[in-house]
Amino acid sequence: MREKILMFIEKNSRIDLKELAVMLGVDEVMVANELEIMEQEGIICGYHTMIDWSKTSTEKVTALIEVRVTPQRGQGFDNVAERIYKYPEVQSVYLISGGFDLMVILEGKTLRQVSQFVSDKLSTLEPVLSTATHFILKKYKEHGTVLCTGESDERMLVTP
Amino acid sequence: MRNPLSDKVVEIKPSGIRKFFDIVSEMKDAISLGVGEPDFDTPWHIRDEGIYALERGKTFYTSNAGLMELRQEIAAYLKRRIQTEYDPKSEILITVGGSEAIDLALRAMINPGDEVLIPQPSYVSYLPCAVLADAVPVVIDLKEENQFRLTKAELLSHITPKSKILVLPFPNNPTGAIMEQRDLEEIAQVVIDHDLFVISDEIYAELSYKEEHVSIASLPGMKERTVLINGFSKAYAMTGWRLGYACAPKLIMEQMTKIHQFAIMCAPTNSQYAAVEALRNGDEDVAMMRESYNQRRRYLLHRFQEMGLQCFEPYGAFYVFPCIKEFGMTSEEFATRFLQEEKVAVVPGTAFGDCGEGFLRISYAYSLENLKVALGRLERFIEKLRNEKN
Repeated sequence: MREKILMFIEKNSRIDLKELAVMLGVDEVMVANELEIMEQEGIICGYHTMIDWSKTSTEKVTALIEVRVTPQRGQGFDNVAERIYKYPEVQSVYLISGGFDLMVILEGKTLRQVSQFVSDKLSTLEPVLSTATHFILKKYKEHGTVLCTGESDERMLVTP
Repeated sequence: MRNPLSDKVVEIKPSGIRKFFDIVSEMKDAISLGVGEPDFDTPWHIRDEGIYALERGKTFYTSNAGLMELRQEIAAYLKRRIQTEYDPKSEILITVGGSEAIDLALRAMINPGDEVLIPQPSYVSYLPCAVLADAVPVVIDLKEENQFRLTKAELLSHITPKSKILVLPFPNNPTGAIMEQRDLEEIAQVVIDHDLFVISDEIYAELSYKEEHVSIASLPGMKERTVLINGFSKAYAMTGWRLGYACAPKLIMEQMTKIHQFAIMCAPTNSQYAAVEALRNGDEDVAMMRESYNQRRRYLLHRFQEMGLQCFEPYGAFYVFPCIKEFGMTSEEFATRFLQEEKVAVVPGTAFGDCGEGFLRISYAYSLENLKVALGRLERFIEKLRNEKN
């Protein structure tokens, strides 16, 4: 049941609890309890809103930054990762396999702001060996949702 | 000039749905609960395989019976889903949708005057196809009190010495009714006792919400008496690809293939390649869509309950079949007024047989948001009707 609840609210966290319970064929109280427990257990970490900022007047720049670092004795990558993710403008930090170590996703108001962060804050961290910054030019799809097209129902209104 | 037309064809009534379609298409901003096809797009990996087949130049005929690769996948699928073995070489035929298979099966098995037992409400094409094959259609009216299942008693009371074929349309369009194992066992016994054959249209087999679908072909002694029909339209959201299949004993299949060979040649090649991918890697898509339909089904029934609209709980397909007898109007009157006053299209139960009078077919192949809006309008409409009565 947990999985079904999660799969549903991952796509639509604004669903009315009563409706969700009806659709899953269970009691409303049970759904509410499960949600609360999963919040406490940190399985549900938040209820965010997906926004296509490019359709607003707010300017935003997103960059993906590849970071190569020297792991530290006793702490591996955790310490340096923490020093990076504490910055509020950092959206995500992942430790990854392959040619570099950390993938940092950064959001800023301007190109300049982002490059300043990279040169002043990121590159100057002692364990950081090198960085490579990629700016996002267009978002096609995010969190499983296609951002760039509007789809309509192509079906005929009545069919057998 | 002589009359250019065939009397037999002229006498066939046009589909009741067609009539309603004409009214609906004149209304510009109508929303609909009237479709008989999934709202999902064909899963991308399946579409991609279709595109890839075109790129590789797979643009020629396949063998009449269809790609061997696809027939083998179907055989494997049926073994895994309904525990029944079919020989891909001689017992499986790829058709242009399930509808072609219905036509072929009837034409291959009927001699003039043979009776075909057709339970209704059911899909619109059984009866006309039977008539075109020179059969005498014998309609069995199914009842809401039996949850629109076919009972042994109903079947027995329609059998005559001329009865030859029973059409078994479950999970059912338009009622959403299913037949469970014990229901089928009773029917199978009658079929064997009276030496009948069955055309089992299982196009909605994957959309069963109570228990796993059971095919009558899987019951003892029934495979040799059954033409099993299925396809890709409903389970994989592939209606426009026009791809179905029939499975039958070699004796019957040889004759069906003959008609298919002369009338159709082969099913669309491109669709056949896509279907191979669907069977190989599509189980998760089917499960996801089934879960989604099931959620909407529960939501719809719950809303009907809130409105006080009587409806038996259907466990299959993507339709509900609520009863509107309390409003004292025909299904067609109700559907027409609902469309004119609330701009929502539903299909009158009578489009699927006279015994559908007093019912509506409501499809839940729509997003939850659409369903909410449409059901809000339905609620408003029936409140208005109730006030009119008082």
